[in-house]
Amino acid sequence: MIKLRINGLDHTVDAPSDMPLLWVLRDLLGLTGTKFGCGIAQCGACTVHVDGQPVRSCMLAAGSVGNRAVTTIEAVGATPQGARIQKAWLELEVVQCGYCQSGQIMSAAALLASTPSPDDSDIDAAMAGNICRCGTYVRIREAIKRAAGYEQS
Amino acid sequence: MPTPCEPVASRPGTEPADPGRRALLKAGGAGVFLFAFHVPGVTASGSAPHPAFAPNAFIRIERSGKVTLIMPQVEMGQGIYTAHAMMLADELDAAWDSVSLEAAPPDTALYANPVFGVQATGNSNSVRAFWLPLRRAAAASRGMLVAAAARRWRVDPAACTADNGEVIHSPSGRRLPYGALVDAASREPPPGNPPLKSPAEFKLIGRPMKRLDTPDKVNGKAKFGIDMMPAGVKIATLAACPVFGGKVGHVNPDAAQRIPGVRQVVVLDDLVAVVGDHFWAAKQGLAALAITWEEGPNATVDSALIGDRLRAASERPGVVARNLGDVGKALAAGPRHEARFELPFLAHAPMEPMNCTVQVTPDACEVWVGTQVCARTQSAVAKVTGLPPEKVTVHNQLLGGGFGRRLETDATEKAVRIAQHVAGPVKVVYTREEDIQHDLYRPTYYNRIAATLKDGRIDAWHYRVTGSSIMARWLPPAYVGNHDVDVDEVDSAVDMPYEIPNFRVEVVREEPPAVPTGFWRGVGPNNNVFAIESFMDELAAAAGKDPVAFRRGMLGKTPRLEHALDVAAEKAGWGRPLPQRTGRGVCCQVAFASFIATVVEAEVDTNGEVHLRRVTSAVDTGTVVNPDTIVAQLQGGLIFGLTAALYGEITIEKGRVQQSNFNDYRMLRIDQAPKIDIHLIASGEPPGGIGETGTTAGPPALRNALYAATGIALRRLPIDREVLAGKKPAWRG
Repeated sequence: MIKLRINGLDHTVDAPSDMPLLWVLRDLLGLTGTKFGCGIAQCGACTVHVDGQPVRSCMLAAGSVGNRAVTTIEAVGATPQGARIQKAWLELEVVQCGYCQSGQIMSAAALLASTPSPDDSDIDAAMAGNICRCGTYVRIREAIKRAAGYEQS
Repeated sequence: MPTPCEPVASRPGTEPADPGRRALLKAGGAGVFLFAFHVPGVTASGSAPHPAFAPNAFIRIERSGKVTLIMPQVEMGQGIYTAHAMMLADELDAAWDSVSLEAAPPDTALYANPVFGVQATGNSNSVRAFWLPLRRAAAASRGMLVAAAARRWRVDPAACTADNGEVIHSPSGRRLPYGALVDAASREPPPGNPPLKSPAEFKLIGRPMKRLDTPDKVNGKAKFGIDMMPAGVKIATLAACPVFGGKVGHVNPDAAQRIPGVRQVVVLDDLVAVVGDHFWAAKQGLAALAITWEEGPNATVDSALIGDRLRAASERPGVVARNLGDVGKALAAGPRHEARFELPFLAHAPMEPMNCTVQVTPDACEVWVGTQVCARTQSAVAKVTGLPPEKVTVHNQLLGGGFGRRLETDATEKAVRIAQHVAGPVKVVYTREEDIQHDLYRPTYYNRIAATLKDGRIDAWHYRVTGSSIMARWLPPAYVGNHDVDVDEVDSAVDMPYEIPNFRVEVVREEPPAVPTGFWRGVGPNNNVFAIESFMDELAAAAGKDPVAFRRGMLGKTPRLEHALDVAAEKAGWGRPLPQRTGRGVCCQVAFASFIATVVEAEVDTNGEVHLRRVTSAVDTGTVVNPDTIVAQLQGGLIFGLTAALYGEITIEKGRVQQSNFNDYRMLRIDQAPKIDIHLIASGEPPGGIGETGTTAGPPALRNALYAATGIALRRLPIDREVLAGKKPAWRG
């Protein structure tokens, strides 16, 4: 049995300790907002926060999370950075198919938390692990800057 | 289910659309095919008593005033739910905030795409194909609501207007909300030929409206096919023989079944699946099976063999798709310029891996999937299960990317075959590796061009494309009915925008051994626009002309493209000095009925690595429904095409695909993405297509930028960095 604290709630799941957190979230807890894209930490679709840090949940053994707090796309809107990112995402109409956007938003929210006024190279460094097949990168960059602006105004 | 009856906007007595009976029409030089079409309709009276006004297949208004719009095309990121809703709501004069959307069920008679005659979303034609049918359906509905109100008020309907979900009698100031007219409007006859709004009367069309599908895509609520969790669902993953066409040899189910969470091993003749409580168990179980394969005759196929066969086939004369003047004579006059261009196989790799959730019972089958072909999915499942189609329920979901991959039913058929051995619902999810290695690939193409110049213009142009015909498999009547010319394969080649007096386009069909082929975003124009626009730059050099000026001199009969070229060149700073090893390249195209000119600015470093600096596109895509979506589709489409130009290549060895995931089938990432400027040109023409327009424009413009930066004329994609670094000669076929 693995104990996890996810989005502020405690869960106990019957899963092997090496099972990636992604599948615990999606298949055992029904938190399907976190997406499967590659399974080898190449695309970032599965990004969640562990103690506020962006992590690829497809390669993170659920048994290694311990008592650290997991936040997923379903709850990131409750954080100031997550809410600002979501707002900017909709204002600038970033989303196309939307499948990668959970991961994009989690990476972007973590960036804003650590770097309130990111420049282009900060954005490149934080977001290059997230693939968008629809090619929404131009708007992702713009929306992160927009969201950073809310923080300062 | 609604009952088909007379079309609302067609002649009384005509029958519902029947693709089998429609005339196949070849549309002049446009290189597109059209099926005769009329708006299908349903009657409210034909269905069970229901407190709603449902005058046709696309609109349902309840007494509460809620307006449900039924979406005939699927949402895969292109914004069509919003665009179609805008078209319907505008002509209906519905209150935008009262509108909710519903995916159309599988029903070819009601929801076939008018261009294909199939319930399919593709070819960048959703707005074009439904531009009149949806607006007519909505205008007819509005007419019935107005007539019902006028009858109640005993006034002339002509004295009534509609706005924001109400009918208004201006002389008396009376108003009735649509919800109050539901029953009365259902008794009104549909008007035969309802007037459509003029552009000046549009209230939604042309305004940048927020997309209706995106709010739930930023908070994890949106459900894609892969997110389906019917009660009791098990999760499966599968492995098909890595060699195309191979069979299962031996498996060791015991090893899999010892893994916690594994419930079942399903062994079919061509694939193996492991069913578990979760994907992790299924994946580990699959790895434990130690499957051996009977690889079959394709095990010797490789990329070199496929390339050799394609080249050899390209020596054959092809079927003539278009001929003007006397190409033979004009070419003989010389001097003759020749080139060959080659494009590789490509995988689609939508971010949502292929998946399908299925529950098979003895007398029914339920399927949850995101598909571009809803009705085909239903018939494919019916065929696999032996059930009548009406016993197959398809719940279509949002698509996490389509790009043509989800125009196919192969993954659904596999899932159903697996589910036939599983009690209860099962969700079959491909690994990314399975997704990339069992795609239907964008074909590899081999193109030969010969041309002559006269007075700085092209005098003769002989273009022969050789490759797989997807249309021959996907929609045979469109192939056979067009004298074995695949209209997609020659699209944007037969209708080149330049004035050329002696002109011939031929096509040689050559199917690659083993490798299945399918439509890929940008389809035929991807290949043709790349070859044509690349060679245009080489001809410009031969003519001693600037690439923009050279093209412009031959665009006299295509003023919309000429204007787009002027705008793009000006906005891109064409002709302004650039640093060393940096160049600008241009691409002009008419594709998907849009006129677009694109300039890419790129730098090549001494290692041959390419840095995208800036992309500028100017597009005349006719009347625009949602301008922000147009810009978004071009931005994304350009990135999609540039990704392929920079990285995209599927190679075959020993009958199997060598690439497997995003580490070796690379995608462009944000740190490589250029600045992109899109300039929309105002136009009153009918709408053009936009979903694939940027995809086809990016690669040739980039290739020409590299040509300008280095003088190296690349004729093969993806871009070869060793060639750009001067370490080896460029491919010459």
